[in-house]
Amino acid sequence: MNAYIQLDNVGMQFNTKRGPFIALREVDLHIQKGEFVSIIGHSGCGKSTVLNLVAGLLDATSGTLLCAGREIRGPGPDRAVVFQNHSLLPWLTCTGNVLLAVEQVFGDKESKAQMLERAHAALELVHLTHANDKFPHEISGGMKQRVGIARALAMEPKALLMDEPFGALDALTRAHLQDELMSICAATQSTVIMVTHDVDEAVLLSDRIVMMTNGPSATVGEILHVELPRPRERLQLADDAAYNHYRHEVLTFLYEKHHKTAA
Amino acid sequence: MSTLNPTAERFKAIALGTVPPAIGLGLFILVWALVSASTPTIPTPGATFVSAVELFSDPFYNKGPNDMGIGWNILASLERVAIGFGLAALIGIPLGFIIGRFRFFNDMLAPIISLLRPVSPLAWLPIGLLVLQKAEPAAIWVIFISSIWPMIINTAVGVTRVPQDYMNVARVLNLSEWKIVTRILLPATLPYVMTGVRLAIGVAWLVIVAAEMLTGGIGIGFWIWDEWNNLDVAHIIIAIFVVGIIGLLLEVLLTQLAKRFDYDAR
Repeated sequence: MNAYIQLDNVGMQFNTKRGPFIALREVDLHIQKGEFVSIIGHSGCGKSTVLNLVAGLLDATSGTLLCAGREIRGPGPDRAVVFQNHSLLPWLTCTGNVLLAVEQVFGDKESKAQMLERAHAALELVHLTHANDKFPHEISGGMKQRVGIARALAMEPKALLMDEPFGALDALTRAHLQDELMSICAATQSTVIMVTHDVDEAVLLSDRIVMMTNGPSATVGEILHVELPRPRERLQLADDAAYNHYRHEVLTFLYEKHHKTAA
Repeated sequence: MSTLNPTAERFKAIALGTVPPAIGLGLFILVWALVSASTPTIPTPGATFVSAVELFSDPFYNKGPNDMGIGWNILASLERVAIGFGLAALIGIPLGFIIGRFRFFNDMLAPIISLLRPVSPLAWLPIGLLVLQKAEPAAIWVIFISSIWPMIINTAVGVTRVPQDYMNVARVLNLSEWKIVTRILLPATLPYVMTGVRLAIGVAWLVIVAAEMLTGGIGIGFWIWDEWNNLDVAHIIIAIFVVGIIGLLLEVLLTQLAKRFDYDAR
């Protein structure tokens, strides 16, 4: 069976002023439809580079990348990105931000009213109906990130790519949004690739955790299958032996096998 | 002083806001009075005020093209500035966009702009007179050439400073060039454009007085020159104040306008 998103022998080399820098080498990653995959690793391991390659924001220097059987050439609305710093346009309302994405995907097929409905539905999915007409500067950081997720979901993408989506949020807001993301993924059966440096987040949300070795020339070190039943409850999992075993596995990988002295 | 009640606090704030400027203005008038006391050709503040009241009691009289009220002269100057400045905005802002967006045009035009920008606007007047044959369009041409640089440069800088995050959004959404310009570049650079516009109107208003002195006709610059020939120094001083106050008003107006478009400040 062919994977939905497929990376084969992908390498990435940046040409810097001090000569070529090999960020990634021989990255192989097959992701199935509906799967939630986290990429974890120390900073500088190229985990965001992997995501940007799938997003099409970067072009791989070697190897092949496929999405739904087609080669990835440049960015496209079939792979929606949720950025770490929300990246909402400050001159558009929440609805306006989501609508910009909706128009791009459904503009030639649907009426304005239908698209507006889609935008509102996406905002409802992230529980932000009350903020439809607010501007980004009028809402909190957590709400902005939810609008970012709504914008991505509204495009009905083949894959949702999240680059440390909750990294800039406080712990309570982060936990809340993680729970929301789980229920959204359960409802929409989304295929998700999420970059994170948070071990608990990775174990709680993922079907598989891709652990990267340290850069330069980083690659996939190990892949951990998280076989915890869904829906998952963070409170119950706190004392769960299996959960703590997975957590321990990731921590061992990060701090024993690939320990990185503080940069 | 934390025991002050709110009314007293407010009174204090108002006093702090008004007393120092009032002292400054008072000192200015005092120095003026001292200068006029020692130099008989400079009218006193009182005499100037009387002359101003007389002048502004009938600002819109019209006794033929060589003798019109100060109101007409101010309006004539403002009209020239508006036309020259408007044309400069019409050409300068889109040009700034192109320069900021495309490296090729930046590299192509940057040397010319660097070369021409430091030239005094009045140096362009003879070229204007030569090509346009008449004084009126030549004055407008000088305003145009002096106010176009800040608009080109600020717009171009604004375009290059659009946060990469917004451009990434554009790339991920696959926005067309038209949508990138209208939905992202235009709103994101508007604060920079407004800064350029504000600087440009300041320069234009500075230059119009000098340009009109050279070209003649009606206008506040020529009016000053005319009063110099009449040796009416009080009128010259009044004109200086008028030019200053109008420049200040234009500045305040555009600052207010700029605030409405600045999304970062909100």
